[in-house]
Amino acid sequence: MNILIAILFLGLLGAIFGALLGYASVRFHVEGDPIVEQLDALLPQTQCGQCGYPGCKPYAKALADGEAINKCAPGGEDTIKKIADLLGVDVQPLDETHEVDNAPTVAFIIEEDCIGCTKCIQACPVDAILGAAKQMHTIIIDECTGCDLCVAPCPVDCIEMRPIPQTIQNWQWDLSKIAVKQID
Amino acid sequence: MESIIECITQNKFWQFHGGIHPPEQKALTSGKPIKLLPLPKQLILPLQQHIGRQGDLLVKVGDKVLKGQALTQSFNPMAVPVHAPTSGTISAIKKSPIAHPSGLSELCLFIEVDFEDTWIKREICQDYRQLSNQEIINKIADAGIAGMGGAGFPTHIKVSTTPDINFLIINAAECEPYITADDLLMCEQSEAIIDGIKILDKLLKPAFILIGIENNKPQAIKALQQATSAIEKVKVCVLPTKYPTGGEKQLIKMLTGKEVKSGSLPIHSGIVVQNVATCFAISDAVINDIPLIKRVVTLTGQALSKPQNVWALLGTPVHHLLEHTGFIRENEDVTQANASVTNPPVIMGGPLMGFSILNELVPVVKTSNCILAPSKAEMPSAFDNNANEVECIRCGQCSDVCPSQLLPQELQWSAKAKDHQQLAKLNLFDCIDCGACAYVCPSQIPLVQYYRIAKAEIRQQQQLDVKAEKAKIRFEARKLRLEKEKIAREEKHKKAAAARKAVMNKKSADGSSASSAVAAALARVKAKKAANAKPEQTNENQQKTQAKPLENNDNVQETASDVQDEKSQVKAAIARAKAKRLAKKTQSETNKAAEESSAPVKTEGSTLDTEKVPTEEPAIETDEKTAPAIEKPITNKLEKEPALVQSPDDKKAKIAAAVAKAKEKAKARKSKSLAEENSSPADNEKIKPAVDSEDSKKQDDKKAKIAAAVAKAKAKAKAKAQQNLAKKKEQQQDSPKPSNEE
Repeated sequence: MNILIAILFLGLLGAIFGALLGYASVRFHVEGDPIVEQLDALLPQTQCGQCGYPGCKPYAKALADGEAINKCAPGGEDTIKKIADLLGVDVQPLDETHEVDNAPTVAFIIEEDCIGCTKCIQACPVDAILGAAKQMHTIIIDECTGCDLCVAPCPVDCIEMRPIPQTIQNWQWDLSKIAVKQID
Repeated sequence: MESIIECITQNKFWQFHGGIHPPEQKALTSGKPIKLLPLPKQLILPLQQHIGRQGDLLVKVGDKVLKGQALTQSFNPMAVPVHAPTSGTISAIKKSPIAHPSGLSELCLFIEVDFEDTWIKREICQDYRQLSNQEIINKIADAGIAGMGGAGFPTHIKVSTTPDINFLIINAAECEPYITADDLLMCEQSEAIIDGIKILDKLLKPAFILIGIENNKPQAIKALQQATSAIEKVKVCVLPTKYPTGGEKQLIKMLTGKEVKSGSLPIHSGIVVQNVATCFAISDAVINDIPLIKRVVTLTGQALSKPQNVWALLGTPVHHLLEHTGFIRENEDVTQANASVTNPPVIMGGPLMGFSILNELVPVVKTSNCILAPSKAEMPSAFDNNANEVECIRCGQCSDVCPSQLLPQELQWSAKAKDHQQLAKLNLFDCIDCGACAYVCPSQIPLVQYYRIAKAEIRQQQQLDVKAEKAKIRFEARKLRLEKEKIAREEKHKKAAAARKAVMNKKSADGSSASSAVAAALARVKAKKAANAKPEQTNENQQKTQAKPLENNDNVQETASDVQDEKSQVKAAIARAKAKRLAKKTQSETNKAAEESSAPVKTEGSTLDTEKVPTEEPAIETDEKTAPAIEKPITNKLEKEPALVQSPDDKKAKIAAAVAKAKEKAKARKSKSLAEENSSPADNEKIKPAVDSEDSKKQDDKKAKIAAAVAKAKAKAKAKAQQNLAKKKEQQQDSPKPSNEE
């Protein structure tokens, strides 16, 4: 009899907590996978597609589903490290199929060569190219993510990737040039 | 607040944490008056000399400019203009190295000096008390005054804030070794400085004005005390010498005991701090209408034979200043204007917070207070870039001296590891770059350099983050837009297709287009197949009749075709479009075929129409009596026409086309009859063929005949069907409704 009571009691408890959990899962349901958002935030948002996915968000989704973490070429080692930290996996070297050089660049249209075909405009994932049919196009440098996607479609090869010029704003200190030493 | 003033009057001050006492080295220059230098041949004016944004150029190459003329202008509050420090000609506007540790080039105005020093027309203000606050602020803004202590924050912004100000603190501490520029300025221009302070007093209305000055400037203290003796509000606070007393937060702490919270500004605590040189510039600007075109610069160091403070015009290249103070060069061959790296090194700013300049063309700007040219004996490390840094021994001296009470050692680890999150946790951005930690470090670790690098990296990372966020938003927006466009395009195509269909229907109804008729026929054939495939379906509420099977078995086919309506319509549209193309090629053939096959058309048409009738039923139902009347003549004709039947296989389609045409016509008529239900449909039927034949006369006589015949046959068939249906109707209650025809 005691056994029966115990079983009943525990069963009841289980049912109550089960119901509670069930309610909580419905009540506090999270739309989407939060890990995808976090991964997406780590990616450089160049939308370059070098990882084989059409944009950073899709790659973030794929990462959450177990895709290799070393496919983001613009992000480079730093991004891989961050993703590895977040997902708790080992850091891998950048996928060999990708270029090693991921210095930031921006696209530049050699304007005298541009025929105004709008092909690059269609290729640009962030609408950073300004132009119209049969009008010269130009890059909005501040919006360009340097993804490289506009270079291939250009029929006259008038787009090139140029390194971002160093200015006072983006200059980085390197070796200590100034002496901060004992003055006797 | 009263207690604060009490303490100050008793010369009791608070202490900030840490601080160092480096050798002052001020004696090199403190005893000598400020020297006026001859004008340089060329002035180089960077467009941006302060925090904020650069203004827009007002001049172009070749323009003559007068002393004090504004060269840039901006409506951005964070931009201050630059002015021509003397008269001359703009010789170039190009990139040139500027006073920045990077040695990078920025846009500069080159002024070829004409040595006449002609002033632009000035308006000397007799009594600034007559001016409104806004007028004074405008004057300060127009004069291009930016904080002259170091950071170069636009002054007009600092003075146009209006919360209750408890303390206006004048920073005269000048705590960094070597520098005596403010000291000398106070000695020589104390009256003007006091005027500047009075103007600030008028603007800010502080409860008290505190002048913070270190006790190593006795002459300046004396001068200030004399000048302010008549003003109750102003207290000259003589502070013990300690580096970095001149730091804004440190000075506030020393004078008021208040600590400015991390991330907040002194203004939030009711305190405004202004540099003493800025006060002088304000008085010059407001009273004498002299914009900020010159400043006192300390030229010092043992590499100079005549170290002295000088009045330097803004834009004066450093080499000009060095020449006039007897710079002892080690290698004479680098005296060229394009000398790349100065030798021995020249430091802009003080020994602790300055940076070495890589090019002697670098001009003096609004924030340059000192040019230090040390000798090798004086500052050996400046000659040796490979600092002999050794491992941290965790002595903790750096945290003892840190005026911001940070943990320099911890910061160093994190900075080396580039752990930005940890750096943020350790409040890296509260570091004032004073360099006290590096000064005391027994391991000679250039701590402050690591922090500077880390700060720059974090700032850049923040910029990248902002950019990434922007890119993300733009990417998402683009995706959304493309999707919308796709939907819109599909919609458009649908509409276009519908329009095409309507046009085609109309055409075939007029009997004018054989080609569209062919298409319709093809469609119908297809639809029939579809209907046959699913004959079991029995819903007969709808009444689309494009697709009709060619069988006589009325009931079954009716229901089947009704169900198949939508599918068959779509197919019909496709088929029609295809057929249309085909028909263009074979139009002549079609015409011929139509001639030859007029008879079969009739027979088929009649059977078709019998099937079609249910859809038209309600419209014609009321007119049942009239319909049989037409029956007879048509039957007569029908009897004749089968004689012509040839029906070759290849012409079947064409035949069908004719049928379809006729059907369309019937439909049109039906709609008419619907519109005028009360009028006799018999009349309509009679008129319609007539009209049709008229139309087709223009094109083809035979076509007209066909059409007329078809119409007749149809009318007959309809009459029959009506009869049948009438019977059926009586039996069945679920009669189809004549709502959606076309």
